[in-house]
Amino acid sequence: MEKFKNILSKATPISIENIDTDQIIPARFLKAISRDGFGDNLFRDWRYDNMNKPITDFILNRSDKQNKILIAGRNFGCGSSREHAAWAIYDFGFRVVVSSFFADIFNNNALNNGLLTIKLNEKSLSKVFELIRENEKIEFNVDLENQVFFTNNGSFNESFSINSFNKTCLINGYDSIDYLNSKKDSILEFEKLNKV
Amino acid sequence: MNHPKTLFDKVWESHVVDEIPSGPSILYVDKHLIHEVTSPQAFLGLRKRGLKVLRPEKTIATADHNVPTLNQHLPIKEELSRNQLNQLTKNCKDFGIELYGLGHKYQGIVHVIGPELGITQPGMTIVCGDSHTSTHGAFGSIAFGIGTSEVEMVLATQCLLQKKPKTMLIEINGELQNGVFSKDIILYIISKISSSGGTGYFVEYSGSTISSLSMEARMTICNMSIEMGARGGMIAPDQKTFEYVENKKFSPDGIDFDNKVKYWKTLVSDSNAKYDKVLKFDAKDIEPMITYGTNPGMGMKIRDKIPELPLEGSKDSFDKSLNYMGLKSGTHILNKKIDYVFIGSCTNSRMEDLRIAAKFIDGKQKASGVSAWVIPGSKQVEKMAIEEGIDKIFKNAGFEFRQPGCSACLAMNEDKIPKSKFCVSTSNRNFEGRQGPGSRTMLASPLTAAATAVNGYVTDVRDYI
Ligand code: SF4
Repeated sequence: MEKFKNILSKATPISIENIDTDQIIPARFLKAISRDGFGDNLFRDWRYDNMNKPITDFILNRSDKQNKILIAGRNFGCGSSREHAAWAIYDFGFRVVVSSFFADIFNNNALNNGLLTIKLNEKSLSKVFELIRENEKIEFNVDLENQVFFTNNGSFNESFSINSFNKTCLINGYDSIDYLNSKKDSILEFEKLNKV
Repeated sequence: MNHPKTLFDKVWESHVVDEIPSGPSILYVDKHLIHEVTSPQAFLGLRKRGLKVLRPEKTIATADHNVPTLNQHLPIKEELSRNQLNQLTKNCKDFGIELYGLGHKYQGIVHVIGPELGITQPGMTIVCGDSHTSTHGAFGSIAFGIGTSEVEMVLATQCLLQKKPKTMLIEINGELQNGVFSKDIILYIISKISSSGGTGYFVEYSGSTISSLSMEARMTICNMSIEMGARGGMIAPDQKTFEYVENKKFSPDGIDFDNKVKYWKTLVSDSNAKYDKVLKFDAKDIEPMITYGTNPGMGMKIRDKIPELPLEGSKDSFDKSLNYMGLKSGTHILNKKIDYVFIGSCTNSRMEDLRIAAKFIDGKQKASGVSAWVIPGSKQVEKMAIEEGIDKIFKNAGFEFRQPGCSACLAMNEDKIPKSKFCVSTSNRNFEGRQGPGSRTMLASPLTAAATAVNGYVTDVRDYI
């Protein structure tokens, strides 16, 4: 996993609620056997019409491709457990997703892939959408070490929570599989004790 | 005195290998189910790291998400699907995992075969790279869906890193009306608490209504726990559970079984156990249900009008959803013409579901202009249906009775509902495009689906009983 570095970036807003992982990456694009290239089909059916022509007013087709922050309405990532959703968002170039509410499995998948999820309260999330509406060029900072999400001019400043295990993994680029592997002895011991 | 515990606490605590201070727990996994779509990248990861599967005998594989439901004996036409299935076969062979692939007598939807083979047992931890793993909770196990990195974790270490969720009790008491099924119960609950009302929780269902249900009906309820955002749902095992588990392929037998039952009987919540949240419902309030929107929380009683406002969230998202569905607030869905009926998916493709639908259809014809598909959940269900003559009932009525797989539940194979067409479906998700780009899904029970196929319009089954 790549190390998570602090970010200063414009943000791409999708104010829709209950965005499910079928929208993030439709099932027909899940036939690959590697992790690469899913970004091309991120929000496929919102980005392209059925003749595969880009739908020009969809935000992903309008916003700067360099944006590292995705802002979405509440209950983001509900539905299917497909990790391809997190891969697609990351592959497209985002490193952070901000919402007021994340579905559990998506949240785990994101963190396992170096994609930070920031949960804001409903009011703060509306404020973020509002700031972007007023000025789409506004830039946000993500400081993971200090757990703050803010703008340079002070128009927005919120701290966010993350458990220290996930934080350490993200900052150092550790991956949970290596971590679990290092715990093999306790696992074997558990099996012996419980006769499993 | 011991602290009173919930069923969830008991099963969870007996599987914790270690706890990371202010981090997740290391949870031991008893059974791991895999399929072709969410596993290839996990095996790729193992290969890259040079790791083996720690306990190959605790993982079982099947092919379901991507398989055709016609001519399964022929090579798969679509190249990418074929590749993915071939890759699963290769991975299972290389890593020593039992595979029930296409053509195998145990092949089927992963959440249908687990219980019917006795892989699923009370008190276990069961995971799979599929969110409807919650189905297995009907046996009093902790079962939940995981992502592919987690599939890799389980393959490599038989463990997962998991934060302990909060617990919620949903109690339902009383007798169900005629024509109301477990699918209606769960659609009703989700319509009341929304598609995110359970996020962060693990749910236990209890009460006299739940106890009265068969194991298959209980599975339908636990299956859709994820549709309210919950990690999973579980039901304390009882006599019905023990009888269901007995004499299955992977079930313990003889004295082992008796010993297991003794243990399984302890898997109930202590009387004064504390939950983080408790909800109560009355069975007599529940009616046949149908969804009108693009998440499972957007459901209503079949005779109701589509509401003006969402249960929660913004009007914009609500309107966007109705717009996609081509439906309007304040109108009825009852009697609405539909184009497709899909009876299948891990929610409703077991014998009981097919029997309920077939009993209604027997001697009738589907409406012209409706395409009706019945997709049994597994090879074993298919075989039983053929032995009982149920396949003939469907075929004589003009339904297509096909071969097992996920099919139009997620439309990864050719079984797609065309753009703008309405489908009354027994599956679990009505998301935009879930059943094919532009498709419009209305979720309902197998009986509602069957009656709708016969009439050609959305039907209240109570008019016929
Ligand atoms: S039937 Fe649908 S919900 Fe069930 S496992 Fe298959 S794709 Fe997932």
